[in-house]
Amino acid sequence: MAITAETGIPGRGSFARGIHPDDRKRLSAGAAIEVLPTPSGVLIALHQHIGAPCEPAVKPRTSVGVGDVVGDVKAFVAAPVHASIDGTTGAPTVTTLPNGRHVAAVPVAAADEQALAGEALTGEIFGGEWPTEGLDAHAPEAIVEAVRDAGLVGLGGAAFPTHVKLTRNPKRPVDTLVVNGCECEPYLTADHRLMIEHPAPIVTGALLAAAAAGADRIVVAIEDNKPDAAASMRRAAEGTAVTVATVRTKYPMGGERSLLPAVMGREVPTGGLPLDVGVVVVNVGTSAAIARAVVRGRPLTHRVVSVTGEGVRRPKNLLVPIGAPYADLIACCDGLTEDAARAIAGGPMMGFALADLDVPVTKGTSGVVVMTAEQVRRAEETACIRCGRCVDVCPLGLVPTKMALAVRNEDWEVARRYYIAACCECGCCGYICPAQIPLVQLIRTGKAGMPKE
Amino acid sequence: MAEQANKKDEAGAAPMPVAPAPHLATSRTTRAVMVDVLIALAPVFAVGCYVFRWRAAMQVGICAASCVVFEALWQALRRRRQTTGDFSAAVTGVILGLSIPWTAPWYVGVLGSAVAILIVKMLFGGLGANIFNPAMGGRAFLQACFAGKMTTYTLAGQAPPGAADAITRATPLAAGKFDQIAYALKDLAVGTVNGSVGETSAIACIVGGAYLLVRRSASWRLPAGMLIAAAVVAGIHQLADPDAALDVGRHLLAGAMLFGAFFIVTDPATSPLSKRGRWIYGAGVGVLVMLIRLFANVPEGVMYDVLVMNMTVPLIDRWTVPRPVGGPVPAPA
Repeated sequence: MAITAETGIPGRGSFARGIHPDDRKRLSAGAAIEVLPTPSGVLIALHQHIGAPCEPAVKPRTSVGVGDVVGDVKAFVAAPVHASIDGTTGAPTVTTLPNGRHVAAVPVAAADEQALAGEALTGEIFGGEWPTEGLDAHAPEAIVEAVRDAGLVGLGGAAFPTHVKLTRNPKRPVDTLVVNGCECEPYLTADHRLMIEHPAPIVTGALLAAAAAGADRIVVAIEDNKPDAAASMRRAAEGTAVTVATVRTKYPMGGERSLLPAVMGREVPTGGLPLDVGVVVVNVGTSAAIARAVVRGRPLTHRVVSVTGEGVRRPKNLLVPIGAPYADLIACCDGLTEDAARAIAGGPMMGFALADLDVPVTKGTSGVVVMTAEQVRRAEETACIRCGRCVDVCPLGLVPTKMALAVRNEDWEVARRYYIAACCECGCCGYICPAQIPLVQLIRTGKAGMPKE
Repeated sequence: MAEQANKKDEAGAAPMPVAPAPHLATSRTTRAVMVDVLIALAPVFAVGCYVFRWRAAMQVGICAASCVVFEALWQALRRRRQTTGDFSAAVTGVILGLSIPWTAPWYVGVLGSAVAILIVKMLFGGLGANIFNPAMGGRAFLQACFAGKMTTYTLAGQAPPGAADAITRATPLAAGKFDQIAYALKDLAVGTVNGSVGETSAIACIVGGAYLLVRRSASWRLPAGMLIAAAVVAGIHQLADPDAALDVGRHLLAGAMLFGAFFIVTDPATSPLSKRGRWIYGAGVGVLVMLIRLFANVPEGVMYDVLVMNMTVPLIDRWTVPRPVGGPVPAPA
């Protein structure tokens, strides 16, 4: 295994199958992170993560500052939410998140004076010194607690509460922390810019997360289409226990089930977690937020969002307060083009189309991609010709056409025989299908509507 | 609803239609795949036209046109959306035309097309739902009805000039099997031998096939499985009977072996989905072809083998469900 010695990772740096869509990252890859002008108000959704929803923790018409808790819940798998601007709370309301979930939310109207805005905000969040030594002073339990109090969830998109991943479990020892800087979704460049501009907190966060989880190996995995990010991370990681490894550019490299075979040579068991094979995976943005939570005791109030696509006049990477309306992000990028036809929360492969731009950014929002009418036009669906392209690209080795057509016929036995529950909905099959069959949509419908065994 | 939409317009937020992910799609549609197959068939057609002159073009033209017309007619009678735009009917027609002798009269091609499209393809549900390869189904019908016309490769006094020498002779497989005559490998490669319109030239089949595989419009495992299996069986036979006129090379280059491997076995609708399944299916065809060539009383068997193996595809699919990455879905605890 010569490759192993070269890259410093046990895996081959790639996984089987997958697709190579045009990544269109050049639209926003060169745009340095800008701070979104403070919106007139934000809407803090009380359920932005996987797990139990929060309860409002403040009364209406209360004055709050950045970082004050506005929602919390006692459940283990949950994360508190915080005010992301200085202002006054309003009466709790209900909003519809891009994923279709109706959730309670607390509005915060902006105060005239903001303690932090513009460059000062960037400095406060990412700037200053980030220690890479003497982190032993933080006990694992203290790190986990700080992470939970900071309301940290996976910023890659899935929004799984981070403290749950970092909590040690004697039955499942962890040996490796993988910091996910793949950003395999086309268009998105938020993680890319973060690694270039602010690598130091990512390294510190990785060291802290590894200490909490008990991992003795730390690998930052970056796709080889971002050599500048890899170089920046290497410089920042110099002299620390953090290894920076480049992996092949291939979608869905950033998915845990593809990433771990590539980086570690380990398969995540179907229905299981990376934890089952001794690995914890955190996104680079999450890692930076861990550092901020532990070292400075500051909660997750802002995140970097790529606002990009051919339907946006001036694509940018923005540092935005969580809860800011999508419309403000678009406006900050000089608005939509004439032919803008679809705005997507997240990337184009797994993101959700927005019916309405007046919904709030959540912790899991990695980007807003606006596509043009030309780009979203599809040929009419035709019959499956059994060409097997979906089989040839499925990163999980499934047979999408069989599952999808079984769902259409409500033939649950066949759907189960082809392991429909194992599907990670990455969208490779739907992308490649020459008959334009909505494979992912059918599979998701089946997973949701299938009678329980 | 309309009021709500208007309100939103006034508020400045343009309502945009939503759709499920993925929002990106390849531009390679079914039609593009079928066009690839037609392009790949071009060299085969060109050699056919060189060897058999206008009769080759006519045979292929009759079949292609009839297939398209029959499919259009069927869809019109059933009041369904027209599907000839996906070019799959044209592909079936061209393959059928290339797989019958240049001597067959015009109505043979028309009848074969009718059976291929109306019965083998549309009656089973159209593109992708057919169990049997339409072109081979149509050809099997012709073989049964016009046994004489389908095996006559010479037409006294009507041989076109130029290639006359080639087409007054028996097909290489028949000559080898019944008269122990070994054709020159060079002739088999170039295609200056007798046979069905599209099967004579090994080089043309390989060029077209290579295009299909490079464009990934066909799975390479299917032809690889077939040719390797056939070569192995032919090799064993050659070891057992070193004096036979047809050795491994001639078996591979002559007859419909390469045409079948690249253009018939690769039909996606009637071949298995999984990689393992494709190997099994290809190898099955290869072995059966050689068994017929060696032990049956006919010189060639690609058509029958494809049809026989077509029947096993649902079973192969069922037996070769790939293991998911991470293992099968665990039973609910």
